Amino acid sequence: MKRFKKYSLKKKIIVTFAHVILAILAFIWLIPVFWVLLTSFRGTKGSYSSTFIPTSFTLDNYKKLFTDFSVFNFPQMLVNTFLIAIASCLISTFFVISVAFALSRLRFRSRRAIMNAAMVVNLFPGFMSMIAVYYIFKMFGWTDGPMLRVAMIAVYAGGAGCGYHIAKGFFDTIPYALDEAALLDGATKWKVLIRVIMPLSKPIIVYTLLTSFAAPFKDFMMAKVLCGPNQKYYTVAVGLYQMLDKEYIDQWFCSFAAGAVIISIPIAFLFLKTQKYYVEGMSGAVKG
Amino acid sequence: MRARKKSFLTGYSFTRAWKDGSIIVKMSSVVFGLGCFVRKQFIKGFMLLFAEIAILLFMMKEGMYYLKKLITLGDVEQYKIWNEAKSVYEYVDGDRSLIILLYGIITLAILFCAVILMRISVINAYKAEEYVKNNKRPPSLKDEVYELFDNNLHKTLLFLPISGVLIFTILPLIFMMSMAFTNYSVENSKLVLFDWVGLKNFKNMINFGSGLGKTFWPVLGWTILWAICATFSNYFIGMVLAMFINWKEIRAKKFWRFCFVLTVAIPHFVTLLILRQMLQPEGAVNILLRNMGILQARESLPFFTNTVWARVTVVLINIWVGVPYTLLQVTGILQNIPGELYDSARVDGAGPVTIFRKITLPYMLFVTTPFLITVFAGNVNNFNVIFLTSQGYPRAVESTAGKTDLLITWLYKLTIENQYFDVGAVIGIMTFITLGIASLISFRLSGSYKNEEGFR
Repeated sequence: MKRFKKYSLKKKIIVTFAHVILAILAFIWLIPVFWVLLTSFRGTKGSYSSTFIPTSFTLDNYKKLFTDFSVFNFPQMLVNTFLIAIASCLISTFFVISVAFALSRLRFRSRRAIMNAAMVVNLFPGFMSMIAVYYIFKMFGWTDGPMLRVAMIAVYAGGAGCGYHIAKGFFDTIPYALDEAALLDGATKWKVLIRVIMPLSKPIIVYTLLTSFAAPFKDFMMAKVLCGPNQKYYTVAVGLYQMLDKEYIDQWFCSFAAGAVIISIPIAFLFLKTQKYYVEGMSGAVKG
Repeated sequence: MRARKKSFLTGYSFTRAWKDGSIIVKMSSVVFGLGCFVRKQFIKGFMLLFAEIAILLFMMKEGMYYLKKLITLGDVEQYKIWNEAKSVYEYVDGDRSLIILLYGIITLAILFCAVILMRISVINAYKAEEYVKNNKRPPSLKDEVYELFDNNLHKTLLFLPISGVLIFTILPLIFMMSMAFTNYSVENSKLVLFDWVGLKNFKNMINFGSGLGKTFWPVLGWTILWAICATFSNYFIGMVLAMFINWKEIRAKKFWRFCFVLTVAIPHFVTLLILRQMLQPEGAVNILLRNMGILQARESLPFFTNTVWARVTVVLINIWVGVPYTLLQVTGILQNIPGELYDSARVDGAGPVTIFRKITLPYMLFVTTPFLITVFAGNVNNFNVIFLTSQGYPRAVESTAGKTDLLITWLYKLTIENQYFDVGAVIGIMTFITLGIASLISFRLSGSYKNEEGFR
């Protein structure tokens, strides 16, 4: 504040103006967020409302999610998503860290080829392989019954190795001299990974764990194609998407908003926690 | 190139093993693990031999049948025979081309594994032989396991992830791509039995005259336009916003960043579905405008019903969704720009615009090109933003794709909704080709590809 007083009038106006612009932008960005929150507490039913701010507020929309199982079993969906998320985040973190470490700190013959191949694979619409994955699982008989969960875990974690870029960027920034020192002392490369690199890599491991944990909460397409009509195995995302179906939208729209708020809170929390690693990982990742 | 030379000096290549190896090395290509047995590496030998027997059994039981069928994709139609005893017609299953195609491809993949195993067997036999020639003991199992955690650590680490990618990404991709060369489609009811048709689908697709071509070219054009608009609008707006917040006069930087980042934290599909609801003719935005008196009582803005409006709307929605990401990504990089660059520019009397044009932008472009390519690819394949908001509408006359449909959403409509699998696969391949060309050009033009290790 002291500094602000010293400014000339012209500069004061410019600085104030800048803050006003920022406030307007932030407001525009936050309107939909507010709207969801307001809708989740709205007293009147239906997808349309004649006023922007609801006329009455209620907690019924939240209650409905946890008591009315006639069409959607929301708690079951939460459990499904949670199980899948835990399994797939463990597997994909293992995959991602292994690949990133190997490509970043080991030098071997096919390294360049593998990186190029991963780039090419990433160019294909993920969607295309999805339809085929569905057929493959269908032939295994995995699109029905409890194996559906295994299929979903496989889908989320199986191809995770291709998304190694941010983790590799992180490993790239650790000075190679550390490895060399350990190798000179007679450590094997495995020891280098476990004793030298791992202790330094907590941020990126946490980041990978959390992002892959959030993935099943965010994706609805893959889960929708795999589940088909198997309501029992729906993840939250599929269920919420289904609530906006023409048949249900009038009854369930406000509960959709409530469900959105419920899953957004933990994910927002995870994201705000991992934000720092994301920024660090990115600025490292693009350095190379 | 350098890597290959090195491996020639120290490693054991297959061609060299074949040229210099003894009869045992050569025999190892028929009986896997023979070389290992001769050098008393029993466990390894058994593993190789066991794998070979398993593959042979599979080939005899199933593989050969599917390979043979793969040539025609099956020709036996479902037929019915008269059952005398029950005096009813009974249906006998015919061939199902899709299953034949899938199992055929899996069989080919297994054959490919067999070739790799053969190479391993031959190279191993040769390696052991060389050790003996130089009066050294061939590596025992213990040595090899040790090596797997030291000099061969990359093999240990990469084995599972790469298998995962091969099975869950690449194999399905090949399966999908092969459909592009068949007539697997609801058209002429080719859903059970279909045939190879070569490049016919591709010809139809790029032919301006055909119905398909008339849809394909406009959709491709819009996809490219969309990807360019979406990528660069996000990039520049995000960068300017990041610089704006980084400006030293701005107070409460963390709070402002938090406001924008909050929107990233909510799952995409939720925000997109909500935006769709808000932008409907009777949605929240129109109601807000009516309440404010900007619109008349029954008037509404045609967000998804007018072509130009819809296209601008999806780009704006994408800005809303994407800018916070760019903000996060760019913030770290901006802070990495060496301060001396700015100081010297200021000493030379450069204004803020010149500094941005001559220092910030070139630096950012150099550093972020690989990232931009990924974003561009992501936008070409940006299924969610289109499918969950405009759903491809407004609909075009006499066409399966709407005016805001991208190749990827068109693919969805054709395959999942309408079962034109052959055309869908062609679109997938076309998307890949478009992306491949775009990224190859920009990648080669940028310096960062060559200087991967420049900063170490």
